Amino acid sequence: MIQTRRTFLRASLAAGAVAIAAGAGLLSPRSVLAAWPKNAFEAKSLDEAMKTVAGASSATASKDIEIEAPDIAENGAVVSVTVKTSLPNVEQISVFVPKNNNPLTLSYNMTANVDSFVTSRIKMRETSDVIAVVKSGGKLYSSKKPVKVTLGGCGG
Amino acid sequence: MAMPTKPMKIRAWIEDGATNVATIKAIIFHDMESGLRKDKASGQTVPAHFITELNCDHNGKTVMTCMWGPAVSKNPFLSFRVKNAKKGDTIKLNWVDNQGNKEVGESKIE
Repeated sequence: MIQTRRTFLRASLAAGAVAIAAGAGLLSPRSVLAAWPKNAFEAKSLDEAMKTVAGASSATASKDIEIEAPDIAENGAVVSVTVKTSLPNVEQISVFVPKNNNPLTLSYNMTANVDSFVTSRIKMRETSDVIAVVKSGGKLYSSKKPVKVTLGGCGG
Repeated sequence: MAMPTKPMKIRAWIEDGATNVATIKAIIFHDMESGLRKDKASGQTVPAHFITELNCDHNGKTVMTCMWGPAVSKNPFLSFRVKNAKKGDTIKLNWVDNQGNKEVGESKIE
């Protein structure tokens, strides 16, 4: 990304405002940490999306991540995806669809108080792999499953 | 339709045989407009309108935070499991969307 002086100034001003707000106790630490990762959701490539949301663009393939999704989705607007993993210390679970306009569909910040198990429904533009990336102990692991879409779900 | 027409539904229960782990299922009534769809009558692109962040609290403590993009389906469904749970505990979900709308829903574990 080319950063012009203007956008740099704007970014540093925004960061300054957050710091002031946090300092004044206007924002709890949690809401600062949980800032919605706009850049990750707007990223056009899988690498960029993964790097922005999870911190790196590569992940180790793992057999310990299970993706439950249909082999054939008749309606791409509603594809049920379950991700579960036996990996320890899971911090984050993200689901990507590389063939969507923006590959990142969702990202869950996990704590030790939930099982490493989530189900959601996502939209798929066309037949694609569904990739689950799990951050476990600071490292990234991934698994994928192909889903054939007979009717796309992103346009209308 | 801009705002949800119905309040979210949450079910939380401890399955028979499970100890201390509660299953949560929730559905939120929200259009989740991607910003790509065109209105058939007017031909105009429908502006993006989707939930960005959903917090899941167990007895007042955040146990999971969901970051959602426009590729989460309309009327989003979510299922997860909470550890160290017992009957009567409170599960609270609260979300905010990209237009600043908010909703909070609560349920007791059965």
